[in-house]
Amino acid sequence: MSRIKDLLVSLTVLLMGRGRPSLPERERIVPDEPANPGWELVAVALFGLGALSAIAFPVLYGLADHLSHENQWFGLSLGLAFVFIGAALVVTAHKLIATEELEEDYPPEEHPEEQETIVQVVEESGSRFTRRGLFMLSLGGAGGALGLALLTPLVSLGPVFRIAPFFGTPWRRGRRLVDEHGRPWKASDIEEDTFYTAFPEGADREELGSPIVLVRLPEERLKLPASLAHYPANGIVAYSKICTHAGCAISLYRTPLFQPDEPRPALVCPCHYSTFDPGDGGTVLFGPAGRKLPMLPLEIDGRGELRAAGNFDEAVGPSWWGVRNRKPGPS
Amino acid sequence: MRLAAVIVVALACAGAASAQSPLVTRGEHLYGRYCASCHGMNGVATPRTIGAGPGRSQAQQRAVAPSLRGVGARAADFYLRTGYMPLQHVGEQPRRSRVIFDEGQIRALIAYVASLGGGPPIPQPHPERGDISLGQHLFTDHCAGCHQIAAEGGYVTGAIPPPLEDATATQVAQAVRIGPYVMPRFSRKAITTHQLDSLIAYVEYAKHPDDPGGWAIGHLGPVPEGLVTWFIAMVALVLTCLAIGKRLRSHE
Repeated sequence: MSRIKDLLVSLTVLLMGRGRPSLPERERIVPDEPANPGWELVAVALFGLGALSAIAFPVLYGLADHLSHENQWFGLSLGLAFVFIGAALVVTAHKLIATEELEEDYPPEEHPEEQETIVQVVEESGSRFTRRGLFMLSLGGAGGALGLALLTPLVSLGPVFRIAPFFGTPWRRGRRLVDEHGRPWKASDIEEDTFYTAFPEGADREELGSPIVLVRLPEERLKLPASLAHYPANGIVAYSKICTHAGCAISLYRTPLFQPDEPRPALVCPCHYSTFDPGDGGTVLFGPAGRKLPMLPLEIDGRGELRAAGNFDEAVGPSWWGVRNRKPGPS
Repeated sequence: MRLAAVIVVALACAGAASAQSPLVTRGEHLYGRYCASCHGMNGVATPRTIGAGPGRSQAQQRAVAPSLRGVGARAADFYLRTGYMPLQHVGEQPRRSRVIFDEGQIRALIAYVASLGGGPPIPQPHPERGDISLGQHLFTDHCAGCHQIAAEGGYVTGAIPPPLEDATATQVAQAVRIGPYVMPRFSRKAITTHQLDSLIAYVEYAKHPDDPGGWAIGHLGPVPEGLVTWFIAMVALVLTCLAIGKRLRSHE
């Protein structure tokens, strides 16, 4: 109890003692300027408005369920609070606080002769080296080797020598094409002027080589090179759905309603507008893609269902070194 | 007797000729005036022979517009009420523009195009039977690649997918089935009638989504929102600094 009393007394003394000059009278540094009671009132009023706006925020927050544009009210109350308090501080700084500008030059260079001594010491301390070149070479070699060692983990960002898995896809001869629910695609399901996504039956759909787009083109629009001439089945062509530029999913199919006048049919990647010609084996018509879209050979089985007739003609997905040197194989 | 038979046959022929309803006749006149130069007489666009004359070889010019036989009332209604047709220049993308026909003229033209040979009628979608959630899923799959998930339109190479804010439920239903310009066409097998209702329900929702922040900035997402904030906030901050700051007096 007495300790609390002591605390209260000392606190009172401390508070009452504030404001009294504790320092002996000294000469003013900041020039004396006249008091400005009018601007003082303005600052006080602005602080008051700021406080009111700030108080409005929790009130509005509590009433949020009854407000129609609560977010706008929240923003308005907090924003006004900041504006008023900021304005009050500007008034305070400009009108109420006496200011003085002080300038100081850079200090002159200290101890010039000592600095010269240090330069001399550094130069002379190398006098024991007789094979300076060899020494610097070994130092550089050690530093360079250490730097290389520290860069080694970069290799984990991707395989450098074992790139064979990149060429693997789940497609092989006879594998059925299924939709996103696992139902097999029938050739009769595939209509002209629209496009479909298909996956290999029983394979991991997340694999880069899995998803393909299916479109049906009229025979006269198919102008495939001889090596790909046997790839379509009954006018249906299949391409990897993964863009060869940055690996986005090709989700746009440009299908002119009136062919002579409008842009020709194309598969378009929405990321950077790489545009591929489905009638010409997936060649690039436009955009940053550097390789044609890989094409998948198709066949139709006795039940009218679509099956792969082999693997893609080119590697799937964004390019890497040596991508053109090998054909894709089973993963 | 023979004369009577001839008269009867002649009357029957006249009757058949005038069996065309006055609406279709009016439509035919309008068609001849506004449409036939590209779509051809009776809705059959034919290649034309041009360049004929002394010392010049003739060239066969391909048809400049699709034939309208069998497109039905669905296509006529869509292209006329969106202002897509008549096109100002052959070959350009049809864009939503002022409808130059009044209601009666549109009805007449639709009746005439429908009379050219079958074709689907004007669809009557029921978005209220649809499911917005399913619609959003379908829209993501089939439409958002071009029109953006907010149905604000976008870009493809060679065309501009339009925003859907002015598209009525009927027009969305028509566009899905017709596939105007370079848009894919979706049959009932690809998008069922119920799925189409859901799709339209989502498009209707996307016209007036809940905007918790107030200013939607085209519903383009956080990147343009951040840019707007930066540009406005940066300018405001610099102006405030200039207003409240004080330049140091030069001593030179």
